[in-house]
Amino acid sequence: MLIILPNIALIESSFRPYLPLNEIDGPRDSYTLANYQRFLSTPVGFDIFGMSIDVPIHLRIFITTVLYSILVTAIILIIGYPAAYYMTKTISPSNMALFFIVLTVPMWVSEILRSFAWFTILSFKGPLNALLIEMGVIDSEIRWIRGYNGIVIGLVYTYMLFMVFPLYSSMQSLDKNQIEAAQDLGASWWRTHWRVIVPHCKPGIVSGCVMVFMLSAGSLLVPSLLGSPNSLWFTQTIQQLMLEALDWNTGAAYSLLFLLLCTFVVAGMMWAFKVKLSNITN
Amino acid sequence: MRVSSHSRNLVPQAISNSADSEKRSEGSVELEHVSCRFGSFRAIEDLSLTIRAGEFFSILGPSGCGKTTILRMISGFIDPSAGTIRIGGEDVRGKRANQRPTSLIFQNLALFPLMRVWENVAFGLEMRRVPRSIRRKRAEELLALVDLVGAEEKMVSQLSGGQRQRVAIARALAVEPSVMLLDEPLSALDLKLRQHMRAELRSIQKRTGVTFIYITHDQSEALAMSDRVAVMNKGRMLQVAPPHEIYHNPSSGFVAKFVGETNVIEGKLVRIADGFGTVESPLGQHRARVSHNVQGESVALYVRPEHVDVSRQRQGDNAIEARLQDVSFEGSFALVKAVTAHGHVFLVATDNKDLQRLPSNTENVYLHFDEQQAFLLQSDREQCIT
Repeated sequence: MLIILPNIALIESSFRPYLPLNEIDGPRDSYTLANYQRFLSTPVGFDIFGMSIDVPIHLRIFITTVLYSILVTAIILIIGYPAAYYMTKTISPSNMALFFIVLTVPMWVSEILRSFAWFTILSFKGPLNALLIEMGVIDSEIRWIRGYNGIVIGLVYTYMLFMVFPLYSSMQSLDKNQIEAAQDLGASWWRTHWRVIVPHCKPGIVSGCVMVFMLSAGSLLVPSLLGSPNSLWFTQTIQQLMLEALDWNTGAAYSLLFLLLCTFVVAGMMWAFKVKLSNITN
Repeated sequence: MRVSSHSRNLVPQAISNSADSEKRSEGSVELEHVSCRFGSFRAIEDLSLTIRAGEFFSILGPSGCGKTTILRMISGFIDPSAGTIRIGGEDVRGKRANQRPTSLIFQNLALFPLMRVWENVAFGLEMRRVPRSIRRKRAEELLALVDLVGAEEKMVSQLSGGQRQRVAIARALAVEPSVMLLDEPLSALDLKLRQHMRAELRSIQKRTGVTFIYITHDQSEALAMSDRVAVMNKGRMLQVAPPHEIYHNPSSGFVAKFVGETNVIEGKLVRIADGFGTVESPLGQHRARVSHNVQGESVALYVRPEHVDVSRQRQGDNAIEARLQDVSFEGSFALVKAVTAHGHVFLVATDNKDLQRLPSNTENVYLHFDEQQAFLLQSDREQCIT
């Protein structure tokens, strides 16, 4: 009840105009799609894949958010898959408990603190630059928090475990003999992964990707803390509408749109990679 | 037709009886002074063994004796700590599993559950970048060989245990291995199916001429299928010989007891003459064949239950006085348990026809055996316990 009611209220208010307090429930307070239309207004120039087109500003923010979330998901998958494979393969069950604790200890610290920690690490005169200069890798400081860099780094760190755990558990259920059988039949290392391990881990990969994508796209804290002046995350737009403009109606409409569009993106990706919904649940 | 291990052609080579000498010499396996240690545990100790090409060779031993380690060393999943392994005369050191001309059939078969039956069978060919249409054709031929026509499109989970077994065999044969390695593949099947698959495996081996190395802890399986059997215990080879030799002329007490049922009389060696020895024990003096070297006084006399007769009167020298205790009906024969005055238990296998003529269990009887059919070996009391 406490979950459903506010959501119904959100949907309801998204169809009503943003009015001064004394006009609420007055004659101008009728159901309208104006809040949704606003999403498609105010076109601005947008460079995407080398083309320059006019795109409504909020749609543009939405698209960048989705693209960067996909990038974050891809990076996490690329790092997380070998990590999970390493965990299944080399860590003995007796060390596993310790390993899990080491992995989850950072989760005990609030996300805000972790993001601030990254803010400090990545700052212009921060420890990462100092270390790299000390090691002679770079000559002068790099501005890490620039464009979407900071957000991507922060999100990759924050949501890594949401990929590693489902991957790990699906890899663990794979019979080791299958890997050996594939090798015995002449499969190279790469082909063993591609034909045997990855298909087996598909449910884990899919659920990890869906989780990471949704969490990244819906993250507010990391983009707020690690974003730069020229990065905009769609959640920040909603937050501005809700808390700064106090336009709850448009904010509600945008939240709903965001949820629906992200669901479409996930569904589209699943269709593209031939994954069924039942693959995730079992 | 000449088939080299590199350019394996796709004509059903394995199906047409390949008796050509090239293929035959490819299939030999030699282990020379091979040892394998895991940490301080010595799985295999200085083991030398030659398996001839085209042979059905079984390695028999209790679980944990190192059989599987040998198989995994031959297939390339474990490197020996010392020694040389040669397959077809070629040293395979440094060659990984996917580069060796061997196919392993796993104990749990390890079929790929997400692939169709034909894809499973053709997996090895897929890895060799054989075009799809040829793969498909080859898979159909192999499925016909293992009597599974029409199962191509099924998923593995739709098959019965015996059918999965056949898919595993077809998958292993698809890459035209010189050596097939089988790790107790029948252990998960029920008795009837197991007996059927035994005959099947044997006939596939005969038809293809591929060397089969078969691992089992089931002695009847090893005896029934093999050209030669190796009996192992604690990482060492105890005896390598044809099945009848293993059964009738074991080289050690462990082999005698592990392969088939046997009765033992422990005692002191009194004398050896003309290949026969006499043992003195609380049961009296008994004579038996001596075909393996016996050192020291402490010996044991072994006689198989089917070589012992029961009668009311004492006949000849090799007799033991006992009382019948129990008869267990085993189908084609009956196993009679007899106990001597010292509490020594003897097993006697009798024909069902003789069951009615057995003395009642109140009277004393005599157990007889022929000195030709009993054998003397060095006593190995320590090994008896394990």
